Amino acid sequence: MCGIVGIVNGDRRRIDGSHIREAIRIQRDRGNGLGGGFAVYGAYPDHKDLYAFHILYEGDRRSDAIPRVEDHLRSRVNVHHAEEIPVYPNDRIPKGPYFKRYFLSPIGQFVAADQTEEDYIVDLVMEVNRMGGAFVVSSGKDLAVFKGVGYPEDVADYFGIERYQGYLWTAHNRFPTNTPGWWGGAHPFTILDKTVVHNGEITSYGTNRRWLEMFGYYCMLQTDTEVISYIYDKLTRRDNLSMEDACFVMAPSLWEEIDRQDDRKKRTLRQVYESAIVNGPFGIVLTFDGGAIVLNDRNKLRPVVCARAGNTWYASSEECSIRYLSPEVDEIWSPRGGEPVIFKVEEQVREVPACPS
Amino acid sequence: MSVMNRNWNILPSFYPEFDLERCDFENGCNLCAKECSFGEISLKPVKGKDGEVHLRPWANLAACNACRRCEKMCPERAIRITHKPGDTSHGYWTQAPVTNLWRQAGREGGVLLVGTGATGPQKRYFDYLMFDACQVTNPSIDPLREPMEIRRYLGRKPERYGGEVGPLLKLEVPIMFGAMSFGAVNLRVQEAEAIATRDVGTFWNTGEGGFHKKLRQYGGNTIVQVASGRFGVSEDYMKSAAAVEIKIGQGAKPGIGGHLPGEKVSGEVSETRMIPLGTDALSPAPHHDIYSIEDLRQLIYAIKEAVEYRVPVSVKIAAVHNVAPIVSGIARAGADIIVIDGFRGGSGATPLQIRQNTGIPIELAISAADERLRQEGIRNTVSLVASGGIQCSSDVLKAMCLGADAVYVGTPVLIALGCGACQRCFTGKCPYGITTNRPGLAERIDAEEAAAALRNLLHAWGEEIKELMGSMGISAIEALRGNRDRLRGVGLNEVELEILGVKHAGA
Repeated sequence: MCGIVGIVNGDRRRIDGSHIREAIRIQRDRGNGLGGGFAVYGAYPDHKDLYAFHILYEGDRRSDAIPRVEDHLRSRVNVHHAEEIPVYPNDRIPKGPYFKRYFLSPIGQFVAADQTEEDYIVDLVMEVNRMGGAFVVSSGKDLAVFKGVGYPEDVADYFGIERYQGYLWTAHNRFPTNTPGWWGGAHPFTILDKTVVHNGEITSYGTNRRWLEMFGYYCMLQTDTEVISYIYDKLTRRDNLSMEDACFVMAPSLWEEIDRQDDRKKRTLRQVYESAIVNGPFGIVLTFDGGAIVLNDRNKLRPVVCARAGNTWYASSEECSIRYLSPEVDEIWSPRGGEPVIFKVEEQVREVPACPS
Repeated sequence: MSVMNRNWNILPSFYPEFDLERCDFENGCNLCAKECSFGEISLKPVKGKDGEVHLRPWANLAACNACRRCEKMCPERAIRITHKPGDTSHGYWTQAPVTNLWRQAGREGGVLLVGTGATGPQKRYFDYLMFDACQVTNPSIDPLREPMEIRRYLGRKPERYGGEVGPLLKLEVPIMFGAMSFGAVNLRVQEAEAIATRDVGTFWNTGEGGFHKKLRQYGGNTIVQVASGRFGVSEDYMKSAAAVEIKIGQGAKPGIGGHLPGEKVSGEVSETRMIPLGTDALSPAPHHDIYSIEDLRQLIYAIKEAVEYRVPVSVKIAAVHNVAPIVSGIARAGADIIVIDGFRGGSGATPLQIRQNTGIPIELAISAADERLRQEGIRNTVSLVASGGIQCSSDVLKAMCLGADAVYVGTPVLIALGCGACQRCFTGKCPYGITTNRPGLAERIDAEEAAAALRNLLHAWGEEIKELMGSMGISAIEALRGNRDRLRGVGLNEVELEILGVKHAGA
């Protein structure tokens, strides 16, 4: 069990972190104090064209991983700015690992002919994660992720998230069940501009992880959710699938239904991406620069409620968080299992049936 | 009498015991003697309770090897097959090596032949692997209430959507029937396999005995084999099937060829194999046109040209030490499906020494091959089929968790039709009519009845697989393929765990 909340402002109007802090706080029973986290888009308007790396260093500012990682970064990318991420220790979270953020851009001539700038950044994230003692907790442009061990409101206070503003926020309240509660294992999980908050347990993890490894994605954060962000990145960015098709791959229709519709595209997607199917109970909010996707497992074994109030879109494990944020809503509904709901900023909300053909 | 007596009694370890209280011999029943095709049971005149002379069954202590046909057929349940190991007093020179020596020195003077798969004490890794199950944090799925998908597609798949797919084989259950040739088995057995696989939606394999004209109507569910003897192979043969399989090796006899004795080459066998009546059908050990991997590539593409790229081409090898790089080579040579047959794999006839001592277990072979293909980033280009010693549905699923796309079963098919694993398939005397086309025995198989048994087998295993998946919280079987996280080892050492890619229980 876990709790998730997502807020997307359709006009890219930015709000501060105090709203989502309270919205996730009231789902307190869905977590146990072993993990909380937030993602905010639009966080770094002064550096919005640079990749913002948040790096977690185990230990404190004397960690020997810091010079190793920084030497490596400088050898691979232009580091335009680096600073400590300010933290505000309190009674509930007196201490945490050491966090720094770096604003980066790739060095043009280092990007190989057969890879994109983003491939290069993904490789860099994997390299840092495998160096030991350091983990990249966010790597997108104009995106910040804050996460740690504690209840989400305590994590919010630790990082002072009310000081950040964004047009898209997600929050997670963790009740870890399969892997230890540690700072890197809290949600959201991210790669480039994609983040995932997840309620559930992925029984296909072994299949997904081993498939991703073939393409240079290495799961180092000991938590099953990590695979969702990588699968989505592989499908949409590398393989150029639409969001709808990517969701279909992760939560496909039954073969029986595909047969009945005699839908060649769906059949082929399911055949080709057999190892990217996500099994087990899940409710996720997957975000990207410009919107969010809400997806449930095919059997709808986890709750997710969606709503719209004016041009603001909400998703939550429980309706209470939505009603807290907006007592009056224009629509509110519970999406069906396996059918993605896609919010796109500056477009109308659409409930999209899986993979239109 | 000479010292080397060629007529020593070497008693079998098994023989029938008759409970004459139950036996109906006084009313003239002699069914057991008729059923025994090995000549173990004869009839001996004795005086009955009524004072008359009747023929009672009598064990000759000469030829029994526990096929259990008599035991199964006795209407009075008056027969027990008894096991009395005629053991030596020596702790090292035990019955098996001593008896084998006597047989070779005394009577047979040649290579000891056996049927079915290896019987040695090597570890059955399946038994040391345990599944996970959902508890609390994750709901298990009830297959009676929720959809549970066990369909598989085998063949070449591209890395990403838009690449060229297939041709693919669609399996409604992840189980196919492994190669058993006409000649080695009764045509009716093949017919039953064909009917059952058509009804359930999977595939059977002709073996290298040709594709009988009567069965060509089942071509859509048939995989035809091209082996070193090339029996029955023609363009038409390959085009009549759903896939073509190049047989390089077999788990029961890696590295050696095959031999169908002339006595088994009847008119129909001769026609189907396209060889003269009554001649021995010898399959050479290697293919005479394959001396290395580049030659295999030529054969794969020659076949693909012949079938106009409409059906997948599979390559079957025995699981041997270097299986992982061999599999990688075969994948790069253009195979769409690779079958790995573990050392427990069955055979109609194999030299005892080869069967017991050559090859490696399928669990280790499939793990090593799957991992190697992933390391090379080419796992999607080929499907892996595991075979050799699979005994039950949980073995199927464990093989898939280790990396198989599907499995072949052979011996379970025969056992479903009555086989008692007596290891004498090569004699042509199979009392169940399974591995013989001899009149009088062949009729013991009824194709329709046998097909029903095989349908039951596939259905039952399919249902069990769904239960196992549901308990693990998996609703689509592809989410289990290569999913070693769902297995834990119990009592395996570090090397074994590393090769299998599983953690020890508790970890």
